[in-house]
Amino acid sequence: MTDAARMSSGQVGRSVPRVEARAKVTGAAEYIHNLRLPGMLYAKICRSTVPHARIRRIDTREAAAIPGVRRIVTAADIRTVIAEPYYGPAFHDQPILAEGKVRHVGEPVAAVLAADPHIAEQAAQLIAVDYEPLPAVFDEVEAVSSSAIVHDALKPAGTFADLKHLSDRRNTNVALDFHLRRGDTERAFAEADHVFEHSFRTQQVMHTPLEPHVAIADARGDSLTIHTSTQTPSFVRTEIARLLGWPENRVRVRTAFLGGGFGAKVYVKVEALAVALSLLVCRPVRLALTMEEQFFTISKHASTFRIKSAVTNDGLITARRCEVFYNGGAYADIGPRVAQKSGFSAAGPYDIPNVSIDSFEIYTNRPPAGALRGFGVPQLVWAYESHTDLIARALGLDPFALRRKNLLRDGAEQATGTVMRDAAAGAVLDRLSERIGWDQPFDRGAGMVKRGRGIAIGFKASIAPTTSAASIAISADGSCTLYCGTVDMGQGSSTAMAQIAAETLGLEAEAVRVVTPDTDVTPYDMGTLGSRSVFHMGHAVRLAAEEARTKLAALAAETGVTPGTNLPIAELFRRKYGMQAGTIVGTGSYIPAYASPNPATGLTPNATPYWMIGGAAAEVEVDTETGRVRVLRLVNVADAGTPVNPRIVEAQLTGAAIMQLGFTLLESMDFTEGQLRNPSFAEYKIPGIRDLPDRIEAEVVDATQHSGPFGAKGVGETGTFAVSPAIANAIEDAVGVRITELPITPEAVYWALAEVSR
Amino acid sequence: MSAAPRTVRFMLNGAAVESTVASHLSLVEVLRDHFDLFGARESCGQGMCGCCTVLVDGRAVSSCLYLAAFADGADVVTVEHLAAEGRLDPVQEAFIAAGAFQCGFCTPGFVLMAKQLLDEISDPTDDEIRHYLSGNLCRCGAYPEIIAAVKLAATRRQDDPSRTPSASTKPLADDLIEGG
Repeated sequence: MTDAARMSSGQVGRSVPRVEARAKVTGAAEYIHNLRLPGMLYAKICRSTVPHARIRRIDTREAAAIPGVRRIVTAADIRTVIAEPYYGPAFHDQPILAEGKVRHVGEPVAAVLAADPHIAEQAAQLIAVDYEPLPAVFDEVEAVSSSAIVHDALKPAGTFADLKHLSDRRNTNVALDFHLRRGDTERAFAEADHVFEHSFRTQQVMHTPLEPHVAIADARGDSLTIHTSTQTPSFVRTEIARLLGWPENRVRVRTAFLGGGFGAKVYVKVEALAVALSLLVCRPVRLALTMEEQFFTISKHASTFRIKSAVTNDGLITARRCEVFYNGGAYADIGPRVAQKSGFSAAGPYDIPNVSIDSFEIYTNRPPAGALRGFGVPQLVWAYESHTDLIARALGLDPFALRRKNLLRDGAEQATGTVMRDAAAGAVLDRLSERIGWDQPFDRGAGMVKRGRGIAIGFKASIAPTTSAASIAISADGSCTLYCGTVDMGQGSSTAMAQIAAETLGLEAEAVRVVTPDTDVTPYDMGTLGSRSVFHMGHAVRLAAEEARTKLAALAAETGVTPGTNLPIAELFRRKYGMQAGTIVGTGSYIPAYASPNPATGLTPNATPYWMIGGAAAEVEVDTETGRVRVLRLVNVADAGTPVNPRIVEAQLTGAAIMQLGFTLLESMDFTEGQLRNPSFAEYKIPGIRDLPDRIEAEVVDATQHSGPFGAKGVGETGTFAVSPAIANAIEDAVGVRITELPITPEAVYWALAEVSR
Repeated sequence: MSAAPRTVRFMLNGAAVESTVASHLSLVEVLRDHFDLFGARESCGQGMCGCCTVLVDGRAVSSCLYLAAFADGADVVTVEHLAAEGRLDPVQEAFIAAGAFQCGFCTPGFVLMAKQLLDEISDPTDDEIRHYLSGNLCRCGAYPEIIAAVKLAATRRQDDPSRTPSASTKPLADDLIEGG
């Protein structure tokens, strides 16, 4: 590396191909899915067949008689290696294996170990569990007042201050209640020209990463290595160390590339069971879920949102009341944070003086729900942007103009009291309108097939406060290695981080080696989630690179090099150490400022380090005879700050929109009395190439996040925000019916049309 | 747990191989566990997602549903063979150029299916691309870039005929006819 190479600039903002591109097209990329260790046993899980029951007896005799079965493990065995085997990021409510009772269909009850996975699977099916059924509750609104109680007592983890008041609370299914009060909502409703009230629902869906959850735990002597497809290696280490009562330095967590994550692989999922099994048999144990098992492991919250607005005759929104119920399933996972963080923005990106928000995380007897690309926000945008169009129609106002009139502008206080900064909502809305040609006439369809257009916009706070740390090593030959715990699950983080390091050090991004997360070598990172990495880890990488740059300059000075001399870095090391030897290490750590919301009012002057803004415009065709909806055109526009890698950012937006298109039109976990009827790709259809809109477009508006690294901010979730309401709004524009519940199936549209024509 | 293992002999990525397999083992398991080939991956386990796609006698199959015993006497090609001599296949080059993947887990399946498509139809229409790739799922939603990559690969193969292998593949149209 010469100084000429170091002088190169423009690494940030360049569409560098993914650093791992060749490995991915040749099939050589490393996934934990591929890993096999010598002497490894395979684990298969016996799962609950009932939604809520006491376990009377577990009969393992027939399973144990299968030749090749090495060990059958139940909760009692787990307790011999882990004294208090309950885990979770918000509540310590989830048992490693069900203990005493089961709380959802598919809950792990026992595990079988064998050297042959087929033998383990066969034996797991032969375990007979005798259940005493308990009353169960499945609906998030019913569960608030139901006599069926999922957990006898709440067990907050102590990690989050705002959950402490829930400690040991009994006879409730409410795992978090977040309240926000701003202005005088009641008075504004009393004085309003118009009051609109609607209720919207979303369905439970699953992330379906194509690489299902997998972990290999390898406990040897007094140390433990966990190879796992996690999005949160540091959290897994901390939580496993807590469960074992070990110091963190005896627990090593490493990942590789992930075959998709989308929030499914945050916090502890399969790791705790794999660790317990490995401790019990003193061998490496591989626990790999099937696609079907993933549906019982984690999902996206179903929700009910009651929204009420006071509006003046000329369309100014003066008050809004929001009641949001998130169906968290049987274990809290990160649901309480979903309810709180999304609660900040439940009133939408509008400047409303009087706001009342109540956001609830509710336990039910469904499989657990957690984070899925948007942390509760797509559920909110679905409701408030459908509501916005209903208001516009009722008042005879243009939906775009109504939004423009009420939109939060920079400098205005958002519902929490946090002042909007670097939030280009106006630009996003304007570009949507321009791209779709909102003011232009368009083909309204003919005969039984009608066309319509819809628009929607949403926003989201980041997950704060969270920490990222990174280190950068410059080797004696001048080459550069970046150690950071951000997990590349397809979002291109390794490439983006290489670009940020390269920009700071004056290198080519392609020359930076990025080490995949391994807690033995990569410093702490809160997790790859919530669109936080480019901002938080981006800053940490920048700071580490700046420190390395400063140390290089000091080395140059020390070795008598005149500033500006075109001398290779390797020569600096040679002068100092007399040979190719030595290392320069720069480190960086970053945590943004944050102020917790006031417990009574939910208000805070600093709810988030940055806002993500995402808008969508859709043009649809509705077949009035069948109810079938075809999306002809889907435009996604976002404020992502200044993109580090424009092409990858656009692909993120489009990819997120396609995922949300599935949640809008196709996907639904279909339950009957807590029994999931469609946990497979044969019955649960995700978007394929034939489900694409005829045209799908993405645009990032010209914007800068001044507090971000090189003007950047997060974008992984943004493309999901507004897709669902844009499509529902377009359907109403086409055929005059309003769908208030996802997914928008042909059947739902057909019945809505039948209702109108009656 | 099943019938006695049997020995199967087949061509794998151009080399004659043999393996002793239990009758219930799928081809993807044998490729992985007996031959250390990880490009084909089991994901949905039902032949719905295409992550486990390999070519058997020139034709793309879901190796999670294809019993290894049936590979006896067949010519099996996995994604690892495409760049065996160090040079990427034009389809692989085009996937990189078009940024046609995110997490990459489904990518080998799409690459092999796209290769079969271009071997049969050198200049496919959008509809033909969607038809051929309708059995491959990409949860990251890289479909627009994948379509662009297939078109780019078609152009590159036509511009440089030496990159178009002569290996004959069985037209997919046969499936449609056989399937009625």
